[in-house]
Amino acid sequence: MSKTIQSITNPKLRLEILTPQEVKKIHDATLWIIEKVGVRFPSQRALEIWAAHGAEVDHARMVVRASGELIEKALQTCPPAYSLAARDPQQDLPLDGNHVFVGTDGCGVEVIDIQTGERRVSRLQDVRDIARIADATEQVGFHWVPVSAQDMPPETRGLHEIKAIWENSTKHVQTESVYNEREARAAVEMAALIAGGKEQLRKRPVLSLMQCSAPPLGHDGGSMDAALVAAEYGLPTGFMTMAANLTTGPATLAGNLAVGNAEVISGTALLQLAFPGAPVFYAAAQTASDLRTGGYTGGGPEDFLYGAATNVLSDYYNIPLSMGSFATGAKEPNWQAGIENSLSTFMASIVMSDMLLGVGFLHGSRIWSYAEMMMDCEIFSIIQKTMQGIVVDDETLALDTIAAVGPGGNFMTQKHTLKHMRDVFLPQFMDRRPFNEWEARQDDARDWALAKARTTLEKHQPDPLDEKISAEMAKIISAPEKK
Amino acid sequence: MNEDLYQKMAQSVLDGDSDAAAALARQAIAAGVDPLEAITQGFVKGVNTVGESFACGQAFLPELVMAGEAMKAAVATLEPEMQKRGVQRTMLGKVVLATVEGDIHEIGKSLVGTMLSASGFQVYDLGVDVPAARIIAKVQEVGADLVGLSALLTTTMVKQKEVIDELDKLGLRKKVKVMVGGAPVTRDWVQKIEADGYSEDAIGAVGLAKRLMGAA
Repeated sequence: MSKTIQSITNPKLRLEILTPQEVKKIHDATLWIIEKVGVRFPSQRALEIWAAHGAEVDHARMVVRASGELIEKALQTCPPAYSLAARDPQQDLPLDGNHVFVGTDGCGVEVIDIQTGERRVSRLQDVRDIARIADATEQVGFHWVPVSAQDMPPETRGLHEIKAIWENSTKHVQTESVYNEREARAAVEMAALIAGGKEQLRKRPVLSLMQCSAPPLGHDGGSMDAALVAAEYGLPTGFMTMAANLTTGPATLAGNLAVGNAEVISGTALLQLAFPGAPVFYAAAQTASDLRTGGYTGGGPEDFLYGAATNVLSDYYNIPLSMGSFATGAKEPNWQAGIENSLSTFMASIVMSDMLLGVGFLHGSRIWSYAEMMMDCEIFSIIQKTMQGIVVDDETLALDTIAAVGPGGNFMTQKHTLKHMRDVFLPQFMDRRPFNEWEARQDDARDWALAKARTTLEKHQPDPLDEKISAEMAKIISAPEKK
Repeated sequence: MNEDLYQKMAQSVLDGDSDAAAALARQAIAAGVDPLEAITQGFVKGVNTVGESFACGQAFLPELVMAGEAMKAAVATLEPEMQKRGVQRTMLGKVVLATVEGDIHEIGKSLVGTMLSASGFQVYDLGVDVPAARIIAKVQEVGADLVGLSALLTTTMVKQKEVIDELDKLGLRKKVKVMVGGAPVTRDWVQKIEADGYSEDAIGAVGLAKRLMGAA
């Protein structure tokens, strides 16, 4: 099995979604929000760090007001580029502004069973199976914990999940399911086993943490404590805003970007104040709430615009971005899923978001579908190909060949054709068969994608994790379980 | 004779204008209008109209929520006068709402609260990160008919079950219906913890609450 990871790099396509003046205006608005309105940090440790650096702290409301100067100064120590390390160093991912990688999406609660097709509650075995299939695909560059291992105790669930992924894949693991200091410390211990100690882990972070903010203008206390632990040990850490128009953010896009930005950069600044130089990333999956239900939409023009605009903001702060794309609101792999996942991923890719999250979900990141996972991988490949644009040089203009064929000939027999035919994209799941072949079978992408996932699960053998490391990890996990 | 006032009251709710609604409520008290009449002939008409436009796709959720808030403001203003006169609104039921312990996600729960209250339920909203014991205590204190439990994380969702188990232990389970909500909540989960129902959105929650009270 190939160890290659597909990424978008050296793109020819460009999009200017916000002018530098507009970005500055959003930045100024953000600083105004943090200074005048404040952001909630319900963590004693976080409040103390803010107070020690001269921010105004309202302990009763746990709200911090920090000057623009303090925020801007703190952000200066963010490293602009670093790599997400993988268990297999060949699969390290440079977050350098010139690569777009896609991960599995997370963190869902149900799975469409790969064998029976039945929709059911997610469990640990699903985390293993998804990791194993993702390990085999070229497109998935890193894992997000995809579904919740609901058959494991809540206190150690997040740890069982990352262990299961490491045991089934050599690629980088990112979790959004470590919610407190204790879990974060255990996760660091586990990651250090793979890296070969804590100092090595700092150089080769095989684990990264993503914490959701609590919009509008708040953070979760446990998540904040976990993020501080991760930053202390040099694990890349990001805050993700999901501030949504109408509910957790204003109805207007610019205002919602400012709310989300205030959450992300205040959290990021805190990590830098505590541990200057800690690797951090910006994360966002902003959307509009549905006008009728108030629910998460997981798609639509607003998502597409946020997908492109957010990387402009993270570039302004010179930190990598993890952008929510895919994550359709569709209930099954269908027209809506195709539109939402293609456009959101295209818009996030054309601005070179470093990480995209991610493949595999239906119903707004709630229901895992193996067919959707494989089709999302194909969407990424299509966009990757599109982003390469059109190369114009003597070789690609092919004048000699055009002259040789002349009016009325055909190009099938030309050496130039043989040489370049593999430049043409070959889809796995698009139906380009003659009509009668389709008529006889009446199958489609969903069937082929599911079949591919099944074969992969059956055949793919990931490089195993050292059994001793597995056993050590199990001990770390069981320590709090025994208490 | 109060038609003009009632019309303005309905309009204030339609406009989602809490200040105007409260001012009209005060005006009614000063003019000696029966507070219950003001509610049923005035403000409720506005809520119903917004509800109808919502149902046929002409109004959207923010309009419903703002109408609900205006209604709440009006009722709160009329409350002292109702007490003075010794009258009470007929409510559909008493609901205790909370986001469970360990979970700070508020907005969905609050939307449900506003919609329930606008639909004629007495709502006791305990806020977020509420331990089971506090929820149970409130249920007993007010004699609640319904409990609504919100959770956004699979790790905190288990607390919904804890509350149900506690109600069971105290022999309150037959009397008190439990509805649950939050992104990770599914029908399977509802069956597993033996809750009485769930909804994925605030409008559905109102329908559910009415059904559980036998009012729809």
